Amino acid sequence: MEAVKKHFFSDMGVMLGRSMRHIFRSMDTIITVTIMPIAMMLLFVYVLGGAIQTGTDNYVNYLLPGILLIAIASGISYTAYHLFMDMQSGIFDRFHSMPIARSAALWGHVLTSLVSNAISVVVIILVALIMGFRSSAGVLSWLAVAGMLALFTLALTWIAAIAGLSAKSVDGAVAFSYPIIFLPFISSAFVPTQSMRPVVRAFAENQPVTSIVGAIRALLSGQPVGNSIWIALAWCLGILVLACLFAMRTLQT
Amino acid sequence: MPNNSIHVKGLQKSYKKLHVLRGVDFEVERGSIFALLGSNGAGKTTIVKILTTLLKQDGGTAAVNGFDVALKPDYVRQSISLTGQFAAVDEILTGRENLIMIAKLRHIKNPRQVADDLLNRLGLADAADRRVSTYSGGMRRRLDIAMSLAGKPQLIFLDEPTAGLDPEGRIEVWKVVKELADGGTTVFLTTQQLEEAEQLADQIAILHDGRIIAGGTLAELKKLFPPAKVEYVEKEPTLEEIFLAIVGEKGGK
Repeated sequence: MEAVKKHFFSDMGVMLGRSMRHIFRSMDTIITVTIMPIAMMLLFVYVLGGAIQTGTDNYVNYLLPGILLIAIASGISYTAYHLFMDMQSGIFDRFHSMPIARSAALWGHVLTSLVSNAISVVVIILVALIMGFRSSAGVLSWLAVAGMLALFTLALTWIAAIAGLSAKSVDGAVAFSYPIIFLPFISSAFVPTQSMRPVVRAFAENQPVTSIVGAIRALLSGQPVGNSIWIALAWCLGILVLACLFAMRTLQT
Repeated sequence: MPNNSIHVKGLQKSYKKLHVLRGVDFEVERGSIFALLGSNGAGKTTIVKILTTLLKQDGGTAAVNGFDVALKPDYVRQSISLTGQFAAVDEILTGRENLIMIAKLRHIKNPRQVADDLLNRLGLADAADRRVSTYSGGMRRRLDIAMSLAGKPQLIFLDEPTAGLDPEGRIEVWKVVKELADGGTTVFLTTQQLEEAEQLADQIAILHDGRIIAGGTLAELKKLFPPAKVEYVEKEPTLEEIFLAIVGEKGGK
């Protein structure tokens, strides 16, 4: 009905306000999401980093993109958690019995995920700066990095939405993110892929994280991005569209 | 406008092999309180979900305020509100924020004013700015009902509104329901407590084995029973009467 469409953006705004309040009233979610990657960064730089040959003299520079992806991959599990709780508590039933678009509540959660992940990414970059991260990137490159990370967040958040909407238990809603958190380890995020066994290397070089990490790393170090940025974009957009369609379908049934 | 608020004919619904509704027929008059009685698992909530457009029936028809629930769900949603079996309130928001959120989603002109009015009306003004997670069961239920009243819907569904409440909480909810009906709102409630139906309902229907096995006013239902005979019974106060008499001094807060 027209009225439902007409109010879509104001309804979504109300939903966004609601889930943003959830985030800011339980800052522990952002803190836990931020602390784990920072701890990992400290571990890799100060404990393991000495033994890793990346061909660069600044390992923090090499590591940071992968750490940011891990932070986002663990951050999105909160979207799944919040969605699952909304389904359980009956508040989604209330929304769905009101004349508002079903997807408005979902978009509220997705945009909240974008904001809260942006906060943890900024905090991690600040810590990395203290640890010696330096970038020669200009404003445009930084914008490209921000765009890339936002796209990655959106793509993963829609996967989280599917998990949150279809899970049978809280554990199920959250557990889907573990393999995603693990993906950066089998990529060029921590060590160059040349050092890996052939089968692992073939996987590592052709999975999305390697191209995304490669593109962000090139952007931050002011080097030509080459093909990696287009492959990275294609991965993110592809996952985003597919996951979004599936999530919407899960919501309608 | 049709004279019936709800018109249900031959309603069928199965969950996999479980045939929950086997042809349910009933009508609810505009402005009345209708109680659907049945034991656990009889299918009361299934009927509520179909009438509130959350679930699609397998067979039969259901119309709410003249609109078919399966064909015109958006029109149905304009004129109803649902208070589900589990209080559909947002624990992290305050009572006031919950009400403002719903008022905004109903696109009411002065959401704050509406929220204040409802808080006063349901005796929640003192707790308005506390987070709902600190509310008692009765307060939560009252907030839940208040959220359903925002926007003055013509028809309110209350799915086991007093389940899990203490006797005081139950009487508070009954009072609200009676006031609603006095104000011309149609109330559809489900309950497994016979006393609740007796106290509140103008029309009662008993759901058993997937069908309405008896329906009518309380007086009509009583006629189905063998005629009354006079017996001498010594009446002692029930525990509930004692409890209410003792705690009654606190006054209907």
